[in-house]
Amino acid sequence: MYEIIEKQVLSETVKLMKIKAPLVAKKAKAGQFIILRIDESGERIPLTIADYDRDQGIVTVIFMEVGKTTKQLGKMKVGEFLLNFVGPLGVPSDIKKYGTVVMIGGGVGIAPLYPVIRDLKKIGNYVISILGARNEKLLMLEKEIREYSDELFITTDDGSKGHKGFVSDVLQKLIDEGHKIDMVMAIGPVIMMKVVSDVTRPYKIKTLVSLNPIMVDGTGMCGGCRVTVGNEVKFACVDGPEFDGHLVDFNNLNLRNRRFICEEEKACSCSGE
Amino acid sequence: MAKVSTTKHKMPEQDPKKRIKNFTEVPLGYDKKTAIEEAKRCLQCKKKPCTEGCPVEIDIPGFIACIANGEFDKAAEIIKSKNSLPAVSGRVCPYEGQCEGLCTVKKISAYAEPVGIGRLERFIADYERNKGVKIPKESKPTGKKVAIIGSGPAGLTCAGDLVKMGHSVTIFEALHAPGGVLMYGIPEFRLPKEIVNAEVDYIKKLGVEINYDIVVGKTITIKELQKEYDAIFIGTGAGLPKWLRIPGENLDGVYSANEFLTRVNMMKAYEFPKYNTPIKIGKIVATFGGGNVAMDCARTALRLGANKSYIIYRRSELEMPARLEEVHHAKEEGVIFKFLTNPVRFIGDDKGILKEVEFIKMKLGEPDESGRKRPIPMQNSEYKMKFDTAIVAIGQSPNPLIPNTVKELKIGKHGNIITDEEGRTNIPGIFAGGDIATGAATVILAMGAGKRAARAIDKYLKLKK
Repeated sequence: MYEIIEKQVLSETVKLMKIKAPLVAKKAKAGQFIILRIDESGERIPLTIADYDRDQGIVTVIFMEVGKTTKQLGKMKVGEFLLNFVGPLGVPSDIKKYGTVVMIGGGVGIAPLYPVIRDLKKIGNYVISILGARNEKLLMLEKEIREYSDELFITTDDGSKGHKGFVSDVLQKLIDEGHKIDMVMAIGPVIMMKVVSDVTRPYKIKTLVSLNPIMVDGTGMCGGCRVTVGNEVKFACVDGPEFDGHLVDFNNLNLRNRRFICEEEKACSCSGE
Repeated sequence: MAKVSTTKHKMPEQDPKKRIKNFTEVPLGYDKKTAIEEAKRCLQCKKKPCTEGCPVEIDIPGFIACIANGEFDKAAEIIKSKNSLPAVSGRVCPYEGQCEGLCTVKKISAYAEPVGIGRLERFIADYERNKGVKIPKESKPTGKKVAIIGSGPAGLTCAGDLVKMGHSVTIFEALHAPGGVLMYGIPEFRLPKEIVNAEVDYIKKLGVEINYDIVVGKTITIKELQKEYDAIFIGTGAGLPKWLRIPGENLDGVYSANEFLTRVNMMKAYEFPKYNTPIKIGKIVATFGGGNVAMDCARTALRLGANKSYIIYRRSELEMPARLEEVHHAKEEGVIFKFLTNPVRFIGDDKGILKEVEFIKMKLGEPDESGRKRPIPMQNSEYKMKFDTAIVAIGQSPNPLIPNTVKELKIGKHGNIITDEEGRTNIPGIFAGGDIATGAATVILAMGAGKRAARAIDKYLKLKK
């Protein structure tokens, strides 16, 4: 059993939770994820690790309430317990000195990007962060990310903060201005990661994306999370979740993420969500 | 030769028409009277060929003699002294190729059926469980600690045997439930999860500790375990699904057998939305493969509401690796078999949802390295059929997680951990057994490997200062 130690409501649908899971915290690294199950009838869902505290034995997750399980999780209170919390899973981010890195987070994808930004900065990279959200209210972790960024850009769909438009606009501008970019990482909605990869492709800038497909076990057993990467089938849970954005078949990923849309609605309506 | 009936006593089963609408167990087991009658068919031959065919070395004539005398408790004791999971093996063992295949009664005539050893084992296991399992006295503690990775049939057997020898045993399980393939793979109607839980409970009562949610190689490393434990047994199974590697395999509607069965069995998707894990089945389902797992998938599909459930196999019925009983049950339930047929590609609509499968007809050629006749595609024999769901059940490879994280470990060309006959790897103190060492095989072979490794570990620990 894994206790909820702290809960923050970041926006109407986005919540932060700190979970007591000492073994996971001890091994967690930026770029990895966990799988949790709320109760006996619950499904197993993956959430990317947003932060960890090895001394306190705490792992932070940030999630958007999109389906039955995340909505149920969002209603849970401090002091309540999750039945299962397993990890850290997946391959950690490759933390090394690239030079100049552009770190792009969209929506709730900003959360898992934060520890990668922090680690890349600490090792001496020049970090340019671009954070995008639908509006100012939905923008998260700005303060934390600013601390580890040499430059920070913000975009909102409605222009309520920063540049009105998309993260890819800012990235294109940086490229056009002649910045020498050694690596781009993008975490966020599938369409955002696809557009970012399309922007960098002609310039052959190394571009990493972190994928979050549907999973069951998270240990390489079921293959539900399979994605096509450069004509090869990869499992996001054990081969990823980070992949070369120029090789990922984003269309297939999008389709596979919609596999259980009807069932999800049914599950939500049955539980009165 | 003594006069014995040449036919096995029938075991009552659920009516196929009824059972395809539920997930309850298909065979219902012998009653006491039938069990005694069946036990009397045993010739009690001195050579015990049946025991020689048993991977866990059960004294088969011994326990059968007890049943014939109505001494069920004694029969249970004999079985349990060798096999900690009799309710499991009494249900899923391929008896025809093991104990029953070697039974002397079979030699009476060309049509003679062997003694129903599997059915008798199951009878005793169920008798004992319903009565309340007796826990043997604790052995004198040796002070040695063993870590077991994976709580499948190999790990559970190894753990049970080691704890009986007096060692302190801890199992590390990646999933939230014990049993490995017994829990996520084999369906409820063939192996009720309540029975798996009861068998695991017995192992726990022997003194074995089970830790869940621990992925060895991720949550903790083998190196860390080596510091804390005197020996390690790796029984992580064959968890990696094999694919057909044909176009369209990533379409919505195409599952690996592992995903399909895990959703239904372990996550209980057949009770969705009461259980939150969903499954989609549609009306027409194709399962590719000819093994037990393929039969499980095709039969599960019917129970989930499919109108038509096909088994697509590239060789002929003769070459199918599935147990005869599974094939028989599948046929009774209306599963449609298409032999000498191979898929060429999956075809989807513009939304990426599976609509059709293109097949090619096959013919059989000369035997290949497996000894079975090689299937050869017949030119210009392609045709298409409509399907809502396709399940790929053509086998699993050893789980790569531990082989990938312990660089020093010697790995075979199929990703399996290389061991000797008794489960020793190239690293002293690290043992392995079951599908992780052999590639995908049967539950009972994994149990046998767990048993041999337990003996080797015991020997190792006694020599280790």
